[in-house]
Amino acid sequence: MKIGVPGEIHTGEKRVATTPDVIKFLQKLGYTVAVESGAGAQANFSDNAYRESGAEIIDDTKTLWESSDIILKVRAPEKNNKLDLDESDLLKEGQTLISFIWPAQNDGLMQTLAKKKINVLAMDSIPRISRAQKMDALSSMANIAGYRAVIEASHHFGRFFTGQITAAGKVPPAKVLVIGAGVAGLAAIGAANSLGAIVRSFDTRPEVKEQVESMGAEFLLLDFEEDGSGEGGYAKTMSDEFIAAEMALFAEQAKDVDIIITTALIPGKPAPKLITKEMVDSMKDGSVVVDLASEQGGNCELTVPNDVNVSTNGVTIIGYSDLPSRLPTQSSQLYGTNLRHLLTDMTPEKDGQMIIDMKDEAVRGATVIKDGEITWPPPAPKISATPTKKPVEEVPVTPEEIKKPGLIKQSLPMLIGGLLLYGLGSVAPSSFMTHFTVFVLSCFVGYMVIWNVTAALHTPLMSVTNAVSSIIIIGALIQISSSGTLLVALATIGILITSINIAGGFAVTRRMLEMFRK
Amino acid sequence: MSEGLVTVSYLGAIILFILTLGGLSHQETARKGNIYGIIGMTIAVLATIFGPQVTTNIHLIIIAMLIGGSIGIILARKVAMTQMPELVAILHSLVGLAAVLVGYVNFMDPTISFPTHVEKVIHEIEIYIGVLIGAVTFSGSVIAFGKLSGMIGGNPLILPARHWLNLGLLILTIWIGYEFVQHAETGDAMTYLMIMTVIALLFGIHMVMAIGGADMPVVVSMLNSYSGWAASATGFMLSNDLLIVVGALVGSSGAILSYIMCKAMNRNFISVIAGGFGTDTGTISTGDAADQGEAVAIETDEVISLLQSAKEVMIIPGYGMAVAQAQHTVNEITKTLRDKKINVRFGIHPVAGRMPGHMNVLLAEAKVPYDIVYEMDEINDDFPSIDVSIIIGANDIVNPSAQDDPNSPIAGMPVLECWKGTTTIVLKRSMATGYAGVQNPLFFKENTRMYFGDAKESLDAVLKGLE
Repeated sequence: MKIGVPGEIHTGEKRVATTPDVIKFLQKLGYTVAVESGAGAQANFSDNAYRESGAEIIDDTKTLWESSDIILKVRAPEKNNKLDLDESDLLKEGQTLISFIWPAQNDGLMQTLAKKKINVLAMDSIPRISRAQKMDALSSMANIAGYRAVIEASHHFGRFFTGQITAAGKVPPAKVLVIGAGVAGLAAIGAANSLGAIVRSFDTRPEVKEQVESMGAEFLLLDFEEDGSGEGGYAKTMSDEFIAAEMALFAEQAKDVDIIITTALIPGKPAPKLITKEMVDSMKDGSVVVDLASEQGGNCELTVPNDVNVSTNGVTIIGYSDLPSRLPTQSSQLYGTNLRHLLTDMTPEKDGQMIIDMKDEAVRGATVIKDGEITWPPPAPKISATPTKKPVEEVPVTPEEIKKPGLIKQSLPMLIGGLLLYGLGSVAPSSFMTHFTVFVLSCFVGYMVIWNVTAALHTPLMSVTNAVSSIIIIGALIQISSSGTLLVALATIGILITSINIAGGFAVTRRMLEMFRK
Repeated sequence: MSEGLVTVSYLGAIILFILTLGGLSHQETARKGNIYGIIGMTIAVLATIFGPQVTTNIHLIIIAMLIGGSIGIILARKVAMTQMPELVAILHSLVGLAAVLVGYVNFMDPTISFPTHVEKVIHEIEIYIGVLIGAVTFSGSVIAFGKLSGMIGGNPLILPARHWLNLGLLILTIWIGYEFVQHAETGDAMTYLMIMTVIALLFGIHMVMAIGGADMPVVVSMLNSYSGWAASATGFMLSNDLLIVVGALVGSSGAILSYIMCKAMNRNFISVIAGGFGTDTGTISTGDAADQGEAVAIETDEVISLLQSAKEVMIIPGYGMAVAQAQHTVNEITKTLRDKKINVRFGIHPVAGRMPGHMNVLLAEAKVPYDIVYEMDEINDDFPSIDVSIIIGANDIVNPSAQDDPNSPIAGMPVLECWKGTTTIVLKRSMATGYAGVQNPLFFKENTRMYFGDAKESLDAVLKGLE
């Protein structure tokens, strides 16, 4: 089968659906590849490079579309002003189109394509399962968008990202807040962090905390219990109370941070408005907001889609929706590789014959039109990429348990102890009470002294206290002068064994302490 | 030497003993502390010998002390650092035995008389308590020694209705004590003292037999405490303040250590003493390996390259390091890595090993500088910045289910959070569970690698590769 890769016609689109490297792999799968002349020019892939990798270069757009069995594209078909006709009109029965489609948003396009009796695979509908990660173009593009968002922000930001102490004075590091820690958010955190900024991040899904921290950002927590994890690793809409708490957090952060990067998207819904005009007004002059959700309406109220807007107080709000296209070489390469992986799965025999196997979960998810029949939306994926969290069993805490013991309960042991002491004092002779006083005081002294002992020395402490407790030898010594052989013998044994202890205890302590060296 | 001079000497000895314990606060002052102790002991012994109470049989004292002292020094020289817990335990037993002997001699001594009846009764109670504590310390320490040296199996011996048995023994002891005091007048009290001694010995055996291997730090420090109380009780019996004070110092020292150990395991003292850890709740969440996921094994080359590319390395030793005698290799690896400008630190859990501070002593023996050895509380927050953590023969002290799983038998126990680092390498002989019998989810974490084999051999191979 022949794969055709036309140039992109969307204004400002610099990406291309394949690269010379990818073409080599496609040929190994048995396909022949044709590329429209100049298709990769904007992404720095020349016609010559394509030719060298074995692709045919076709000058005429119509010829390319007509002669190909599979069309690889980035953007969904749209009107070609140069030829004055819609790209979808160039498709003919039996062809297969693989590109971004966004079937949920483009109902009209879907109907048009379906009428053409073709197959359409939407790269945006690849299910988020582990096996399909290698073809997940949304993740690849989000990764690039997150990186580029930081670069765009730094372009409009008048200061360093990293803090420096220079001969000309101290430079504080920039503070970056990343809202939404999906692929794009994490990429943004990584990029901002490696530029040296202080990065914080917020997400409604608490399980991403570790990922955020692993990228080097601080995870902001709300004092609020609600899990925002939706199906397939995406976020879901939160309760009103949660949103209120979240907005309060953002309002507070807006006053402090220099750069806000928002990446909050909920699948199939307009982007939530998270950064209000008031928050932008509270930001410092020269601050930057990058809104990665601008295509879905934007997370910031002041976002102008596809443009840069400067607020009255000098805050730049960047609403570019074509961030991946601003890194065209990189994104073409990743997108082309995603396509290649998909085609590898669809060409099990490596004979250049593509099979749309609806039992393959990844292919089933991507296929939105099969032989002119709309097959979207697909049935829900069986396994999600992130394992569903097991519900944590909450241990109910009864109020009695946390209630502090009452005054009586607290003072009762002391009272009993005091009474016992009085009882003892009333019967015991004064000589005993003197000893008893000494005993109690010694316990307190021991208590005070021992708490200072460092944990590393607990073993030497035990061996030295062991030696010291052999002070019991004094008892045996006193008894050595008793009358009677038995008593003297017992006392002698006592002296003997305590001497073992004294000598052994001190010697082994000394030996151990000698080893503790800096 | 007059009575007054003896008292002053005793006072000096007391102060020196307090300074001894105070000196152990820091490594720098610890050696000086030990010397204070030796001086204090010498003063106390000499003052007693030359004091008014010792009149005859001085040659016996000299012979006994020479023999005993020589045995002690030979023991101290020969013992391997890994055997420290055993040595400490057996030495405790000697204190207990001495307390029993002194108590008996004191009871049998016909020359002691009292002006009032109350004083005589108190004295008899003192003898009774002194012998009781001494006997429990003695038999308990002997059993602890047996367990630590491997002569007796480490598993807890759980007799049926053991709590009732203990309670019964306690009540019996009190009743015998009452009878002992009653019969002291008539002279046949000796029988009761002996019966009590036998019961106390049995009680000591039973108590330590019921405690499992990993609870040994608590037991050893508890016996340490008992030996102090035994000395203190003897002091009361002999009306000797020196013994009372020193006994109380040692007693509270051991008690505090026991408390620290219990806290480190999130258990209360009573439940450790009552024994049988893990038998009540252990079965609930002893999940098998299958539902935990897959443990990823790692080869020596990979360990070496992980270590070489790391900047921050944390080593967490456990009892397994002591068993394998791997501390010297660990030190060599540490040195090699530090020469390569890799920051190596040690994280020590309070109950790692079989005795408080056991790991510290082993590392010190291998000449690991003590300023890179940290306590759990000091370094637990640093794990997110650690590139590689190496777990050597430790299990329960790095078990995340202590935090995640409220049903786990070790739930709530403070653990070293090594899984927060980038990679964790676990040295283990097999996938067997730790002492608590709890499966360790750490082994199945994505960033954990299992490095199977004998710790010493594995580390030797790593060291060879690093050099």
